[in-house]
Amino acid sequence: MSGAEVLALNNIHKAFGGVVAIQDFSLNLKAGEVVALVGDNGAGKSTLIKIISGVYSPTSGDIELDGEKAGFRDASAAREKGIEVVYQDLALADQQPVYMNMFLGRELTKGPLNLLDKKRMRRETQELVDELDVRIPSASSTISNLSGGQRQGVAIARATHWASKLVLLDEPTAALGVAETARVEALIEQLKAKDLAILIISHSLDQVFRLSDRICVLRRGEQIGVRETAKTDKNEIVSMITGVA
Amino acid sequence: MTRLSSRLRGLDFQQAVVYFGFLAIFLFFAITLYDDGFLTQRNLTNIVLQTAPATIMAIGLVFALSAGEIDLSFGSIVAVSALSCAVALQSFPLPVGVLVGLGVGVAIGAFNGVLVAYLKLPSFLVTLATMGLFAGIARSMTNLRSIPVMNETFTGIFGSGKLFSVPSLVIWTVLGVGVGHLLYRHTRFGAHVLATGDNPRAAQVSGIKVPRVRLYVLMICGGCAGLAGLLYAGRLQAAKYTLGESDLMTVIAAVIVGGTALNGGKGSVVGALLGSLLMGMLNNGLILMNLKVSDQMIVRGLIILIAVAVSLRDSSR
Repeated sequence: MSGAEVLALNNIHKAFGGVVAIQDFSLNLKAGEVVALVGDNGAGKSTLIKIISGVYSPTSGDIELDGEKAGFRDASAAREKGIEVVYQDLALADQQPVYMNMFLGRELTKGPLNLLDKKRMRRETQELVDELDVRIPSASSTISNLSGGQRQGVAIARATHWASKLVLLDEPTAALGVAETARVEALIEQLKAKDLAILIISHSLDQVFRLSDRICVLRRGEQIGVRETAKTDKNEIVSMITGVA
Repeated sequence: MTRLSSRLRGLDFQQAVVYFGFLAIFLFFAITLYDDGFLTQRNLTNIVLQTAPATIMAIGLVFALSAGEIDLSFGSIVAVSALSCAVALQSFPLPVGVLVGLGVGVAIGAFNGVLVAYLKLPSFLVTLATMGLFAGIARSMTNLRSIPVMNETFTGIFGSGKLFSVPSLVIWTVLGVGVGHLLYRHTRFGAHVLATGDNPRAAQVSGIKVPRVRLYVLMICGGCAGLAGLLYAGRLQAAKYTLGESDLMTVIAAVIVGGTALNGGKGSVVGALLGSLLMGMLNNGLILMNLKVSDQMIVRGLIILIAVAVSLRDSSR
């Protein structure tokens, strides 16, 4: 179940001015492992994702990637190290085709003029969505013509394509119906099988128990605890989230 | 065959409407104005020659709009560029004059761009202000006088000349559209322009340097306006502060009718060419119909209104 340690967060502390958003947070993530990050609104989950993906830098504490200290200057630096984020709003360009979104900011080019290699981008996108069984009409479909689940599928497929170490998922099924949620969960299982480390934020405890190996609870920026999913139950997690025993 | 049909299905209404509009208006004038010489080769060539500066401006505007920005100042840039070039040509050789004309355009575009991209001011307000600012500068530069352009090589290249019996303004149009289309559709820069206009946050988290894209599109707009200024100066063999003054509405209409979205993320350089030719055809036809200038303005305004409404109908869905 647990492979090599991919990411280590050591005593992460983040304050915005005088407001403490995260205090003394430590967590390890292993390859092929799904860790769920749960907590009430404002607990600091999204802030933590932004720290790992390089959008924010921690006020103190350090991040290790593959056992090496990694201080990401920005999101691009984290991406280059193989960390991908699936944002809650998906970060898709709606009026562009699927394949351009798949290669957004990393477009393939060819020839002396560095012209876009649309053919290859389309082909690779098609292969990827076929492999992950994301059912979209075609790699050339415009994003705005896709359903919520299909968009989510595209966003996750994009992360899978580029991530070599870690995928961060922020509420990946919040806006989806039952069937679509099941499809996305199946996708996440596939990522796990590919030996990626996965950190997922979810409000659905059912989902958390279905998908995760470990559960990490945050409350008002404080790390309440980490439990192995197999050795805990919903009651314990709920009381950890709310602070009511 | 299947490829063709899938292409047809992929063709969306907003992008296609310009083709039908173009054809409809062409046929209408061809029939009603047949005796007035609308269809003569000379008249049709004239339409292309007259719209060349507007087409070049329209190409620049496609980039700005696609990135979610707008440039209202390009008309004023045309005048300042043309005047700067004409003044430079009075004492310097041709390459200097050309570089000054284009350089002034790009520089004003960069000025707009820095304010928009790095000071985060809305491009609508910035370019509304610089439109007035540079219209004033154009007037004060030469005290409202027009400056003749005597350099015959210049007026040949940018105006009345021909290469292998193709008028130079046609060559500039083809060159502008070709380069513009290639940059827009087939380069990473073009893709980044579209992504920036479509969803700036998505573009930014994907590693696209959004402010730089915004700066560049406004510089392209300025550069295109500069080139349009040279074309006016070449064709009219003089530069005046009024150049480009009346092009704002026509060019914006041409670009919108050509399938470029006002709020970014979508557009077409070839569509802008057709839109521009459509506007030129309209001007030409209304003149041949012997309408009074005031009536021409009214009819043109109404037709643009209809055309824009039709081409935008789809996006409100």
